[in-house]
Amino acid sequence: MASVPPTDLSRIRNFSIIAHIDHGKSTLADRLIQATGGLSDREMSAQVLDNMDIEKERGITIKAQTVRLDYKAKDGKSYILNLMDTPGHVDFAYEVSRSLAACEGALLVVDAAQGVEAQTLANVYQSIEHDHEIVPVINKVDLPSAEPEKVKAEIEEIIGLDASEAVLASAKSGLGIGDVLEAIVTKIPPPKGDANAPLKAMLVDSWYDPYLGVVILVRVIDGVIRKGQNVKFMAGGTEHLVDRVGAFRPKIEQLPQLSPGEIGFITAQIKEIAQARVGDTITDVKRPAAQALPGFKEVQPVVFCGLFPTDAADFEKLRDSIYKLRLNDASFSFEMETSAALGFGFRCGFLGLLHLEIIQERLSREYDLDLITTAPSVVYKVFLTDGTEIELHNPADMPDPVKIDHMEEPWIEAVIYVPDEHLGAILKLCQDRRGIQKNLTYVGGRAQLTYELPLNEVVFDFYDRLKSISRGYASFDYHQTGYREGDLVKMSILVNGEQVDALSMIVHRDAAEARGRHMCERLKDLIPRHLFKIPIQAAIGAKVIARETIAAMRKDVTAKCYGGDISRKKKLLEKQKEGKKRMRQYGSVDIPQEAFIAALRMGDE
Amino acid sequence: MSGDLALYVHWPFCVTKCPYCDFNSHVRERVDQAGWRAALVADLRHEARLTAGQRLVSIFFGGGTPSLMDPGTTEALIAEALALWPNDGAVEITLEANPSSVEAARFADFASAGVNRVSLGLQALDDAALKLLGRPHDLAQGLAALEVAQRHFRRVSFDLIHSRPGQTVAAWEAELARALSFGTEHLSAYQLTIEEGTRFHTLARKGLLDLPDEEAAADMFELTGALCTAAGLPLYEVSNHARPGAESRHNLQYWRYGDYAGVGPGAHGRRGGLATTRLKRPESWLEAVQARGEGLEAEEAIAPEDAAEEALMMGLRLAEGLDPADFAARTGVALGAVASQPARARLQAMGLLAPGARLRVTDAGRMLTNRLILELASGLKQSDAMPS
Repeated sequence: MASVPPTDLSRIRNFSIIAHIDHGKSTLADRLIQATGGLSDREMSAQVLDNMDIEKERGITIKAQTVRLDYKAKDGKSYILNLMDTPGHVDFAYEVSRSLAACEGALLVVDAAQGVEAQTLANVYQSIEHDHEIVPVINKVDLPSAEPEKVKAEIEEIIGLDASEAVLASAKSGLGIGDVLEAIVTKIPPPKGDANAPLKAMLVDSWYDPYLGVVILVRVIDGVIRKGQNVKFMAGGTEHLVDRVGAFRPKIEQLPQLSPGEIGFITAQIKEIAQARVGDTITDVKRPAAQALPGFKEVQPVVFCGLFPTDAADFEKLRDSIYKLRLNDASFSFEMETSAALGFGFRCGFLGLLHLEIIQERLSREYDLDLITTAPSVVYKVFLTDGTEIELHNPADMPDPVKIDHMEEPWIEAVIYVPDEHLGAILKLCQDRRGIQKNLTYVGGRAQLTYELPLNEVVFDFYDRLKSISRGYASFDYHQTGYREGDLVKMSILVNGEQVDALSMIVHRDAAEARGRHMCERLKDLIPRHLFKIPIQAAIGAKVIARETIAAMRKDVTAKCYGGDISRKKKLLEKQKEGKKRMRQYGSVDIPQEAFIAALRMGDE
Repeated sequence: MSGDLALYVHWPFCVTKCPYCDFNSHVRERVDQAGWRAALVADLRHEARLTAGQRLVSIFFGGGTPSLMDPGTTEALIAEALALWPNDGAVEITLEANPSSVEAARFADFASAGVNRVSLGLQALDDAALKLLGRPHDLAQGLAALEVAQRHFRRVSFDLIHSRPGQTVAAWEAELARALSFGTEHLSAYQLTIEEGTRFHTLARKGLLDLPDEEAAADMFELTGALCTAAGLPLYEVSNHARPGAESRHNLQYWRYGDYAGVGPGAHGRRGGLATTRLKRPESWLEAVQARGEGLEAEEAIAPEDAAEEALMMGLRLAEGLDPADFAARTGVALGAVASQPARARLQAMGLLAPGARLRVTDAGRMLTNRLILELASGLKQSDAMPS
């Protein structure tokens, strides 16, 4: 094939941006795109990189995005700058690690008035672990309350980075954007690679596009990837014909090839995203690489829950929607499930609770579905007395306790960074969640804690609690370490004497009473008063371990009837009827759908 | 067309807008009394043509503040109505009035205009509360006006509002006892409700209104029923108490789901199976009447099942409840089709609905009326055995 020369490695810079949630990451990204002519002013919609509504609202990135910028530096040379926007939550830790592995450096954006927020620390350390060159950018320096010198000192003291040459900028006004671009070129090292070696490209992320099919984001390490090339996914074992090669600027631009150090996309007529697994190595079919890139992991769902349509008639719609979502997110799994009370639904697996919430939110928002989410569960191993072993994803499938020899539950090792003043509260949280402390070291005013924790204590709201008790300053990362035996029991919830299967959960015997009491208290607030009083009980088998009572409704009457305006009162009735429809009936009790997931939050105890 | 008819006339103007009120009321510096008189008469004539032959049982001047209306206008409207509709000469003619000294001075004129019943917006027997409620009168004026009213009109009712910010159950008990000592034949006691689009709503949202909690409000409601009954004014509707025979004929017409014609800005009507609404903004209504002789905004047919639901909502508010034969005659739907038999039996067993053929709430169920309506009406689509 007539060859196009590979792009000069010295003219490429790959970087990500690390920033606290509102320290201006998106604005800075937008400015960089604008300054290098990626988009005209008219085309700039705020926050170009966050595509999904949920990403914009929550301020988190779910899918990795890149944008390729052309920049003519002060040295007179032209550079290709690849800005990588990485996902920002521990649920997506693996995806983040792959995105970071595609870069050589990062901009650390710190608000000139607010200083270093510890949430960013975990990302900084992750970046450092990938041997990134980190360029501090102090943003919002034009604010009256800006204290850039103080912030520089903080960066040096807390993170241990040299901040003497930190770039002072204001992404909002455009101040210092030129300096940021220069710093990217001069401070961040160019990538390495060998264009003549067999192709080795990392699959950074993939998503489904209705027009292009599966789009794969790649970082080429060695060799060259071209249109028309037959490639092989080394972990997946499949072969594909590359039919498009290109980059995002941020608009799609097709290119003849991607050479070492470059980040771009390919399409290869792939229909199912499950075939394009994050972290896989793409190589040439005829001249394959001897070894795959390190770091590939099989993505395994760790949290399972049932998703049921509130209106049973929506089951078909839910199924179609889940199939469609799955096209774009290979990291969640599903299979059909039936529940006595909830009817037909799906048992779905997720990377974590945020991932679960995102999928639930997308289903309700993008596909207009009202859903009931059952209690999240991890995967337990149940060893029966007859010697068989089963994997338990659903408390409803728990075998009769007399047939169980013992059970095992998954454990994780968690690394938590936390400022000194919040350490006590975090230690207590970990202890309460059956944690075993492995290590505690101090760096400056910050503790690095290593804990072993049962995953089922973490999936509910550990991360939220961690953030709230440390006022956002603690960071958290974890990996699974295997299974351990645990004294686990199935706890049921009874509302007005009826067992609500969607609220059953598997808990450690020692935690059952506290969890049961908490669930009963929460449900007491979540279930509206009825015309009769409603007992709420938590039970293990036949033994009630906690109880609350919802008093009967005392008053619900419109004081004044508005002259002859009956339609107004009628509207109220219609609204009430609508509300009733959004509830699930258990016996004679209506339970609002929000109650199912809200009941599981441990709250502020 | 047949059946009794009530007439509602809306006067949309007030001196000031009260912070809790979301009625169609407006403050205007000047009102062209003659122009409004002509327009109201025209709007009334339009309704009279469409309800010709129905027996007129009541006229009600509401607002706004109809006591700010020129008594001559009232007189003209009354004369017109009595001439256009057949009646037995004993039509109840009610005027809502603010108990200010200015208005009290005109009570004699209203009485000679034909008004025979006054409903006074006394609202509270406490100066601080009146100020909080934004009322344009103080207690002394209010009590003086009540006395004047009782002198000029055979029938006088007044309104009080309970569950006000800062009000305790004990304070309401004392206030109500005092009110009952005035020897009234009819008393409306409303719980303060925070309506959207009012100043109180804004304040409540900001947490600046110290409203009694649900328990206290429920206590006040129960207390009201007990005290009024003891004083010989049993409850005949959720918020209304009267000496037997002194009930508001006009409001009973609404609650029994009879026909009523509504004229004036924003007035609602129900006649001949149609729901009528009139243009809300005073100026728009006035222009419309001047241009085409009526101020209608919409006239919509009420489907039988909607009529049935409306009749249920209204009738369940009454102590007398609903009579199955009446219900079927008025709505064309069997009562059993709206209020499902299983739901009814369940609620009777709980002591919230009374046993017997009439559908009626018990004292225990009264405070839960809305919920009972929901429980009964939700059964509508489950199409239980439909007794015909």
